[in-house]
Amino acid sequence: MDFSIASILLLDGLTNGAVYALLGLATVLVFTVTRVIFIPQGEFVAYGALTLAIFQTGRVPGTVWLLLLLAGVAALMELSGRWQHHRNALLALKAAGRMLFVPLVVSGIAIWAAPQQFPLAVQAALSVAVVTVYGPLVYRVAYQSLESATPLVLLIVSVGVHFAMTGLGLVFFGAEGFRNPAFWDLRLNIGPVMLSGQAIITALATIALIVLLWLYFERSLRGKALRATAVNRTGARLMGISSQASGQLTFTMAAFIGALSGLLIGPTTTVFYDSGFLIGLKGFVAAVAAGLASYPGALVAALFVGVIEAFGSFWASAFKEVIVFTLILPVLLVRSLRSGHSDEDH
Amino acid sequence: MKNLQNMGLLVLALAIPLIAVLPLPDFWITQLNYIGMYSMTVLGLVLLTGVGGLTSFGQAAFVGIGAYTTAWLTLNTGMSPWLTLFVGMGLTAGSALLVGLITLRMSGHYLPLATIAWGLSLYYLMGNLDALGKYDGLLGIRSLSIGDFDIGQGRPFFVLTWVLLLAFAAALLHLLDSRAGRAIRSLKGGSQMAEAMGISTFRYKVTIFVLAALFASVAGWLLAHFQRTVNPSAFGLKMGIEYLFMAVVGGVGHVWGAIVGAGLIRVLEDQLQVLLPRLMGTSGSYEVIVFGIALVMVLKYLPDGLWSLVGRHLPRRPRAVDWQHAAALPERDKPDAGALVLDVRKARMQFGGLVAVNDISFQIHAGQIVGLIGPNGAGKSTTFNLITGVLPATSGEVVYRGATISGLNSRNIARKGMARTFQHVKMIPDMTVLENVALGTHTRGTKGVLSAMLRANRTEERQLFREAQRQLERIGMGEYLHEQAGNLAMGPQRLMEIARALCADPALLLLDEPAAGLRHQEKQALAGVLRQLKLEGMSILLVEHDMDLVMQICDHLVVMEFGTLLTQGPPAQIQQDPKVRAAYLGTDH
Repeated sequence: MDFSIASILLLDGLTNGAVYALLGLATVLVFTVTRVIFIPQGEFVAYGALTLAIFQTGRVPGTVWLLLLLAGVAALMELSGRWQHHRNALLALKAAGRMLFVPLVVSGIAIWAAPQQFPLAVQAALSVAVVTVYGPLVYRVAYQSLESATPLVLLIVSVGVHFAMTGLGLVFFGAEGFRNPAFWDLRLNIGPVMLSGQAIITALATIALIVLLWLYFERSLRGKALRATAVNRTGARLMGISSQASGQLTFTMAAFIGALSGLLIGPTTTVFYDSGFLIGLKGFVAAVAAGLASYPGALVAALFVGVIEAFGSFWASAFKEVIVFTLILPVLLVRSLRSGHSDEDH
Repeated sequence: MKNLQNMGLLVLALAIPLIAVLPLPDFWITQLNYIGMYSMTVLGLVLLTGVGGLTSFGQAAFVGIGAYTTAWLTLNTGMSPWLTLFVGMGLTAGSALLVGLITLRMSGHYLPLATIAWGLSLYYLMGNLDALGKYDGLLGIRSLSIGDFDIGQGRPFFVLTWVLLLAFAAALLHLLDSRAGRAIRSLKGGSQMAEAMGISTFRYKVTIFVLAALFASVAGWLLAHFQRTVNPSAFGLKMGIEYLFMAVVGGVGHVWGAIVGAGLIRVLEDQLQVLLPRLMGTSGSYEVIVFGIALVMVLKYLPDGLWSLVGRHLPRRPRAVDWQHAAALPERDKPDAGALVLDVRKARMQFGGLVAVNDISFQIHAGQIVGLIGPNGAGKSTTFNLITGVLPATSGEVVYRGATISGLNSRNIARKGMARTFQHVKMIPDMTVLENVALGTHTRGTKGVLSAMLRANRTEERQLFREAQRQLERIGMGEYLHEQAGNLAMGPQRLMEIARALCADPALLLLDEPAAGLRHQEKQALAGVLRQLKLEGMSILLVEHDMDLVMQICDHLVVMEFGTLLTQGPPAQIQQDPKVRAAYLGTDH
């Protein structure tokens, strides 16, 4: 290995690591606010990339139909839940309508825009919009009524959601893989290092998102409310912060981050309906390494995972997944030794 | 309850030979073979997840270790499958031990996460190693045989698998109904109570994780020789999740739920794999959609699984009392009357800048009831936690019967003969009162997991139950023996905790607000019990708010306010003390 190969691998690793970092941040975010270990995070990645790929062909992506289906289920659940609670048909219908409104609007736009062959950026924005709307719906349908369950039950639910979303991905996208066009065809040679436009966009998007998240949590009331929920749910509730609204908002953000990651990773690799899982899990390894609690920790760990993966695929390409996923054991060992005592279960 | 489980075993034992001779189509025998092997793995999850409250997505990986070990060894070294079984189990135990030791000290969700990563990396390892045939796996594994008799297929294999399964189920039922089993059942409720009973929660967590992995390993050994080929796809994360799914659907808390779940999922999967692709028009594993949605629905609407629908209609029968003639447990030597039992010397607890306990000193002598009182927030509970080892003291020393115990954890302090109750009752609601109280005898028994599974622990079990019954009768709860603990009212629950503490044969009893939530009559009964204990030479430290009770029964009072010692002395003197009155009622200065 010489310097140029090493620098290429490093750059490659950092680019992928940036995407893992986004997913790791989303995982930490969801866990701290809702105590859900969100395994299906990766499905949003695949959904995002594949939605854009189908838009490229001028057809209506399957995610739109699935979105309508999911919104229908969520609206029905809302309707029956409210009805059982208040016995007031008007309130119940209103709640169901609220559930349906955004998905209907977004789907409508998507169905209208699909055959128009808009420029890539518009299609990308639409794809993100479609997938982002999944967030609150998934929360409503799968998690909301289990709010007070233990993290363990929520984790098993996550696995169920992951199964369902992967299978539905197969139904709506088929088994075929897609590779998206690059957003920016730049090739920049700095000495021996070649910088691609895609890498620059990925880096910029990651940094921008991290800054935005930081601003949101530090400066906005809603963000502070989420932090309050993360620290103490009961306390936040007593202060009038709805933990359900917090959950829906968090899942919206997670879905947005997932879709964005899908767009970023789409041009560098062929995405299949089930590719999201492994991509998401690598973000996940980073989040776990950071104890599911620290954002900067997850960022650093994710970049590290990306770099390890890049060098691993150069030296022992068959074993790169083995290396990445075995890496978590020593990390956990260190955490275990540092924590020193057994935590009381929640 | 016990009789019924034995009945289940009997039914199964009768059904095995019957099915083997019935003219069932071969297809169903094959299905039953798979169900038996799956059930074996799921049985491990019942122990781990349902009983112990831990979760693993990596059971399939352990099945894989068992399968690949025997496949590789029989193909490459010609070793007998009957030997490779144990090699596989050894390898499985080693890797489970490693993963368990690393993750089980941390909170509950790290184990499932680690098993996900573990399952994935093992899958890719199997799929990429040349020696293991990469993704094609290993072919041509020999069938199991005894001498020249092939028992690796069809009906003989069915008998082998189900007899093994039956043996494992019996062993598990025996385990759960034993000293070790009660300790395992206490894991789910958090470690504090279990540790206070002298139970090493970490050790038991690792033990059940390894045991569950071993069940999976045996299933893998069977699978390899039944299919006569192994490849990574049967041992991936998806399969690991499916095992957990079987457990959850069947009823993760019940041994029989494992078989119900495995059976249902196996049959369902088989049907769906044919039906769904036909429905969709293309091939693909669409059954995961149904499984995923079903998993969420089951957790939402039937969290105890399908078996609970059957189980809740089965009558519960009280345990047969067979311990009247058991030998008494040996007792530790007690301090002489009046000897110094506990000496707290300048104990201090600081949380950052806040001094919760400020250099508190007091003593307890044998046969004395000492009351620790003070207004809310005075630091009584923190002091209590310092003595019992729940919190490490910032400075100062606690000496118990001449030996320093500060720095020891609550488990080791409990083993030295200091027993406690909790301010908020901590018990296992679905065990009987007798079983809950028997938990207190943990440190006085020695029989472990293996002897429990083999039923070699009967003599000791009888001794433990005899002691539990004796202590329950001592505090007047003799008629509640077989009641479910969760059904008790607050008063009896608190008395049950005292009986449990007494089972540890303590020289010092620490009671944290035993009268809270009790009615007047129950309080009088409690006072009677405590006086009786004192007469028998017991030393007691009592944290209590009920002044009537405290003044009635205590010999000595320690009054705390804002973390500091206000005063101490006999009750009559404390009652007259202006400082104490000021602390409780406020005064004009």
